[in-house]
Amino acid sequence: MTWVLNNLEQIIELTLVHIRLSILPIVVGFLVSIPLGWVAHRYRHTRGLILTVVGLLYTIPSLALFVILPPVLGIPYTSEANVLIALSIYAVAIMARSMADALASVDPDITQAATAVGFSSWRRFWTVEFPLAGPVLLAGLRVVAVSTVSLLTVGVVVGVGSLGYLFTNGSQRGILASVLAGVVATVLIALVFDRVLALLGLWLMPWTRSERRARTSIVDPSRSATA
Amino acid sequence: MIEFRSISKRFADGTLAVDGFSLVIPSHRTTVLVGSSGCGKTTLLRMINRMVDASSGALEIDGENVSSIEPVALRRRIGYVMQNSGLLPHRTVIDNIATVPRLNGVPRAQARARALELMDTVGLDRAMARRYPAQLSGGQQQRVGVARGLAVDPNILLMDEPFGAVDPIVRAELQQELLRLQRELGKTVVFVTHDIDEAFLLGDQVVILEKGASIAQKGTPAEILANPASDFVASFIGAERGKRALHLREVDGRRILVDGDGAVAGRLVEADSA
Repeated sequence: MTWVLNNLEQIIELTLVHIRLSILPIVVGFLVSIPLGWVAHRYRHTRGLILTVVGLLYTIPSLALFVILPPVLGIPYTSEANVLIALSIYAVAIMARSMADALASVDPDITQAATAVGFSSWRRFWTVEFPLAGPVLLAGLRVVAVSTVSLLTVGVVVGVGSLGYLFTNGSQRGILASVLAGVVATVLIALVFDRVLALLGLWLMPWTRSERRARTSIVDPSRSATA
Repeated sequence: MIEFRSISKRFADGTLAVDGFSLVIPSHRTTVLVGSSGCGKTTLLRMINRMVDASSGALEIDGENVSSIEPVALRRRIGYVMQNSGLLPHRTVIDNIATVPRLNGVPRAQARARALELMDTVGLDRAMARRYPAQLSGGQQQRVGVARGLAVDPNILLMDEPFGAVDPIVRAELQQELLRLQRELGKTVVFVTHDIDEAFLLGDQVVILEKGASIAQKGTPAEILANPASDFVASFIGAERGKRALHLREVDGRRILVDGDGAVAGRLVEADSA
């Protein structure tokens, strides 16, 4: 505890860096997965291929990715870009499947009704299918957020500062408090991100509040993922 | 006026859903397409707003071939009401009703003002304007669906089994509402149902369909009841049994009507004393 108090300034600074670096991959993962998920949903025969290929990306170890990306993209090994791109790839890997599943969760009767009253397909996607896919999408995004916050700690091996520094620092110098502080701070960020996203969901999807009363038996998949 | 001219429809899987169908649907009247499930009635209805395109033949609205009209534009000028309301669950009642005017570029405030008026028209309390469809009963959802169908004041209103999923009491209520609305508005209504009682109640013109959307008989309810064109029609309308097979019986010198189940249906009286 004394160690934590003595190093509080550094812990807070690393926490802020950690938050800053986490946001971009989450946003990129969300945005890139929209067209991928749409194609996988719209053209059913591409679904297996797209989701398998994207899913395989997740199986590449992060260390390997940190080594492969710089020569391919011409960026320095120790750059923030290296870590951010690697984490964005992981985010897409998780999110693309969520997006395809989310779009598939929309009641086809509703999309057909929207077509019948005169929605163009572009408008129908953005104003009907996308918002109605929201709950499943949000569940996926919450997993991505937590996973990104956690994965970012690995970035320290290529010298990108994050709460991961507290792990390496702590284990090299035998300071258990440092490792614990890193774990606690990482978990806290993950929890805060998760809550913020959940609240954002309630705010952006007010209709789910009225539905929730009727369907309380449905397990919230994101809840179990963060536990 | 909507005119089907030798319309056929073969689906991708090879089934011939409609085979050489011709029909004139007069303006400002209710035409009911009635038949068992799978007879192609919904397919016919969906051809009018190009949710389904005919494989051959021509379909004209007021002399204009629908295949020459861009589908999205066509759909925005035709009201469409379907079973299970087809409301957008993420939009409030008022915004659901305002959907199509908004698609047409009507400013939000104006579209909502019109939506409130339409709530009155279809008998919905304005207090429900801010609710979501999931917070309404089935009957209320159908009223919202009808209001949405009327929002752009279309000449044509397509109704695909709109009252099929509500309980009998609410259905009877909604049917009476529709009759009242139609007296006031005089739309060209094309109504699809499998319920012959509903067809006879609502239809100015009733078209009874057999498999492959072939017309077994068309006419006013009275014409069809008085003179069923075939055994199929007679059996479909239940002319030989139940509440339609009324016969006279004399009781104490008065003439009583008894239906096919033996239940007393009423008295026979002169038309002018009714």
